[in-house]
Amino acid sequence: MKIIKKVPNIDFMGLRKVGYRLSLFLIILSIFSFFFKGKDSLGIDFTGGGLLNIYFSKPVPIEEVRKLIKETNVEASIQSYESNRGFIIRTRSEFIAKIREKIKKAFKEYSPDVREERSIGPVVGKLLRKQATLAVIFALAGMLFYLGWRFEWIFGTSAVLTLFHDVIITVGMCILAGRKLSVPLIAAFLTIVGYSVNDTIVVFDRIRENLKLMRGEPFERIINASINQTLSRTLLTSLTTLLAVLSLYFLGSATIKDFSFAIAVGIVIGTYSSIFIASPLVLAWRKEKRKKRK
Amino acid sequence: MEKSILYRVILIVLIVGLALWSFYPPEKKIRRGLDLKGGMHIVLRVEVEKVPKEDRKNVVDLALKIIRNRVDEFGVSEPVIQRQGEDQIIVQLPGVVDTERALKIIGQTAQLEFKLVESDPDLLHQALEGKVPEGYELKYLEENGKRTPILLRKKAVLTGKYLVNAYMDFGRFGQPEVRLKFNRKGARLFSRITGENVGKLLAIVLDGKVQSAPRIKEKIPSGEAVITGRFTIKEASDLALVLRAGALPAPIKVLSTLTVGPTLGEDAIRKGLRAAVVGGILVVIFMAVYYSFAGIIADIALLLNLIMLMGALAGLNATLTLPGIAGIILTIGMSVDANVLIFERIREELAKKKTIRVALDTGYKRAFLTIADANITTLIAALMLFYFGTGPVKGFAVTLSLGIICSMFTAIVFTKVVFDYLVYVRKARTIPIE
Repeated sequence: MKIIKKVPNIDFMGLRKVGYRLSLFLIILSIFSFFFKGKDSLGIDFTGGGLLNIYFSKPVPIEEVRKLIKETNVEASIQSYESNRGFIIRTRSEFIAKIREKIKKAFKEYSPDVREERSIGPVVGKLLRKQATLAVIFALAGMLFYLGWRFEWIFGTSAVLTLFHDVIITVGMCILAGRKLSVPLIAAFLTIVGYSVNDTIVVFDRIRENLKLMRGEPFERIINASINQTLSRTLLTSLTTLLAVLSLYFLGSATIKDFSFAIAVGIVIGTYSSIFIASPLVLAWRKEKRKKRK
Repeated sequence: MEKSILYRVILIVLIVGLALWSFYPPEKKIRRGLDLKGGMHIVLRVEVEKVPKEDRKNVVDLALKIIRNRVDEFGVSEPVIQRQGEDQIIVQLPGVVDTERALKIIGQTAQLEFKLVESDPDLLHQALEGKVPEGYELKYLEENGKRTPILLRKKAVLTGKYLVNAYMDFGRFGQPEVRLKFNRKGARLFSRITGENVGKLLAIVLDGKVQSAPRIKEKIPSGEAVITGRFTIKEASDLALVLRAGALPAPIKVLSTLTVGPTLGEDAIRKGLRAAVVGGILVVIFMAVYYSFAGIIADIALLLNLIMLMGALAGLNATLTLPGIAGIILTIGMSVDANVLIFERIREELAKKKTIRVALDTGYKRAFLTIADANITTLIAALMLFYFGTGPVKGFAVTLSLGIICSMFTAIVFTKVVFDYLVYVRKARTIPIE
């Protein structure tokens, strides 16, 4: 079977302005969402705070939980899952025990089961924030060196810039979707850093091969041909991974939903950017270099 | 060629067999992280700065030792207690879900002091007016709902340092209390103090809080004392436990705690399995439909990959965590990528009217470097995650890395040997790949 019957001949380089605009829009949207939500976009892993994940044998109306918490005069955010059988309550660390006991007492007949409880001090939050930032920076640096070594620096740098683009937009989309940044989400972003570059590598590999095969042809045509020739595999590899990630999103446990959401978004963005951003960057850079030489 | 195929088949059979043997039965062989089996993860900070400068050396190590004693006495199987960085201690207690109790047992300083109570009412008056005399401290004794001010001599006459034993017992009216037994030196001190101060009050102070202040009726030569208070049985035996295990050399601050109930892991594993099965079936169907026979071979490779991954997890004694399950499912989607790259290349070569042998060779050779590059970048990211990440996320980095490494073997070596066999031994002219 073939989805793409024969090698297509799409002028991707001609479309690059469209890609640039779309990406610029998405990046601005992402940065804006980050600044707009500010600290609200950070989960308790990074700000410090408490979380209570409690599960009942049958659904509990969320209003009742809300009312109960209101009675305790504690500020908390409540999120339910599995149609109100599970609740995730976020509040200040010192209130967790109080809320837990209150809920256990009030909903006794629903056999409450405390699945998870965490309290994170501000010191730990700060440390995790630092480690997360370092991990992303080092991962990107690692990519730059590896790809710079395997390809030319123009390619390596373009690939890493594309990755930056992917991560910023993935983070932005997660924040826009109301997800809070947490340690598992950082893990997702790092996975995206490692994975979404794959499609770019496939295209770059082909460009390198075609530079020899299509000697003398304009660079733009070589890039176009390379993207078109590898288009099916770029889409297929992302598709198979998406199949797995989406089943994780829809069927996996509630605690892993944010993570799979981020990966799914990242895969889509990564596939898009490997076509519309990575190669155009190489092209633009080379043109710039040529100009300078003249 | 036939020999090379044979060797490769033997290698594959050996590896897969080893993997199967190493992880079967999985519920026993695969170590589950705290987030899957339930328990507590606590990060503590030893407040070294609250200790006089000359005593700061070894404070963290000493605290670690005392905490270990306490955890051992508490009776937790396979606890992890380790130092982290300058002044932090990580404690993992599998199976423990009573957050408050565990924190009290671990975090309580348990500094026990005996202090004489000043009987001069004038001095107490003075202190209550805000002029605490030099060498004294004003404390409050809470008893039967009453709060009485008492003036203590600041210098402790006896401390928990001299304890040899502490245990819970029942007092005259059946109320739980903590009995203390001093060593010989402590007993001597206690005997002298009680002898010299008959008729006065002796306050028992725990972590700066007056527990009780009984009147000394007579000289006590036995070296035994009792802490009474409004304890429950649990509280009294926990207090006895921490006193027995020794006082912490410095106060401890709880930086973070994570308590996971046993059901979280059960639920995560059940749902993870469901997601893995559905995701796996989708990928398998897709590959079989899209690449026909070759796709089915890739599907078998995927299955072998999962077996190897589980085998590696068990063999390396790695810990499977909740995000680790996600890593396994991600592997299902990623590991066929290599086959997609190879098969697409083979199709391309076949489209150029190359023979199946040439197409196979070129396909694998050309795709190999691309696959290696792609996988190494993912490994770099996973490595950073492993290095900078903590507990559960480390588990994700591990399953992801192992999955990718194993996929390099199954997606390339295994599928190649099947095709080689068909083409070179069975002399197949074509391999259904479209």
